[in-house]
Amino acid sequence: MYATTYHRPSSVEEAARLLSGEAKILAGGQTLLPAMKLHLAGPSDLVDIRRIGALKGIKADRSAVTIGAATTHFEVASSPDIRKAIPALATLAGWIGDPAVRHVGTIGGSIANNDPAADYPAGLLGLGATVVTNQREIAADDFFTGLFSTALEDGEIITAVRFPVPKRAGYEKLRHPASRFALVGVMVAETAGGVRVAVTGSGSDGVFRATELEAALAKSFTASALAGITIATDRLMSDIHGDAAYRANAIRVIAQRAVGSAK
Amino acid sequence: MAEVKLTVNGKRVTRHVPDETLLVEFLREELRLTGTHVGCDTSQCGACTVHVDGMAVKSCTMLAASASGSEVTTIEGLANGGLHPMQKAFNDNHGLQCGFCTPGMIMTAVDMVRRYKASGERLDEEAIRHELEGNICRCTGYHNIVKSIQQAAGEM
Ligand SMILES: Cc1cc2nc3c(=O)[nH]c(=O)nc-3n(C[C@H](O)[C@H](O)[C@H](O)COP(=O)(O)OP(=O)(O)OC[C@H]3O[C@@H](n4cnc5c(N)ncnc54)[C@H](O)[C@@H]3O)c2cc1C
Ligand code: FES
Ligand code: FES
Repeated sequence: MYATTYHRPSSVEEAARLLSGEAKILAGGQTLLPAMKLHLAGPSDLVDIRRIGALKGIKADRSAVTIGAATTHFEVASSPDIRKAIPALATLAGWIGDPAVRHVGTIGGSIANNDPAADYPAGLLGLGATVVTNQREIAADDFFTGLFSTALEDGEIITAVRFPVPKRAGYEKLRHPASRFALVGVMVAETAGGVRVAVTGSGSDGVFRATELEAALAKSFTASALAGITIATDRLMSDIHGDAAYRANAIRVIAQRAVGSAK
Repeated sequence: MAEVKLTVNGKRVTRHVPDETLLVEFLREELRLTGTHVGCDTSQCGACTVHVDGMAVKSCTMLAASASGSEVTTIEGLANGGLHPMQKAFNDNHGLQCGFCTPGMIMTAVDMVRRYKASGERLDEEAIRHELEGNICRCTGYHNIVKSIQQAAGEM
């Protein structure tokens, strides 16, 4: 790792002041530290936000669940409030990586990184969530802008993510057996604004909404409604783990399972 | 340089180290607690697992500075007089061969048993295998590791 200077601000405002030039936010470090070891990142300064109280915690009421950006995957997976309001979201968080990764990795770090195989991007897009930053609110539909890129400006800090409570939702994942990231991950949700289906792990541009599946599920929210549907391969990636045709088929199968498990 | 203050295995320590020092480097090189191993250094194998504030984390993927203020338990801090029930179970069930992954396996296993006890969920064989996803062993084939954890779970 290149040399860096570590800071531990006690508020979001102080963190924002420290974020100039080549400084970077450090949350759980489960993505950033491996990238620094590989010299893919060399921040001059690390601004550790993991212990800022205002960024931690889960609030739930009948209409929405709000999760602080520095809340860990473990805290989301084991939250009784989330298990009750949006069980699919708790399931999603509980399938990220392994226990040690879940104990420190955070929702803010995951979505800021927007890895095309990460789980949370499908969770936010499928559930129609809103990303709250220290400057504004961004709808999930506008937040994820491509591989490893987001609508965040330099120095902008995610403070929370707000999920509207859906009528029902399901998440299923075809995991890469070694890395545990999603080869295909699908969040299906019946929301006040209609049916939403978001797919991670497969898009050549990152997470996307599968409109052909949404249309079929809007007519009938059943696994059998998806049986005859073919997913277009032009926006899917092909790599050594699976080509576009394999992923297209897997998306339909995993979406059917997600509909089956939706609660 | 960062000032790192930790309570490691019940003892308070303070050291000044470069800001980019990893927790595992701090434990092994500053404190000479070499029971915590570095297998991959890429967050995959779990050989470096320790407990920070009671939770299993990969010490190769945390800065010492970021852990500062925390309580850390390493494999050296687990035995209290006699062997910890998990250590004894690995011995009884031949849960190790070369032993390289063992400190991380044991720290992960103790964390998992405690977590399942606290939540009241059942830690059956399938759950143990799922929980071990972040720990790689190149020798045993895992069966005896799973047996060891099943034995200790009944005794802890
Ligand atoms: C072995 C392993 C397996 C994994 N498996 C999976 C998996 O199956 N699915 C999955 O989705 N992920 C997986 N991950 C990634 C994991 O979920 C990370 O925790 C997550 O991607 C990053 O979160 P973090 O808190 O660790 O962020 P960090 O690594 O600290 O930061 C990541 C990036 O986000 C930025 N950032 C962090 N917080 C904020 C914020 N509040 N506002 C703005 N920018 C911010 C940082 O500057 C950095 O650029 C895995 C990681 C490992 C090591
Ligand atoms: S050495 Fe830390 S996970 Fe392998
Ligand atoms: S006993 Fe040799 S790596 Fe596990």
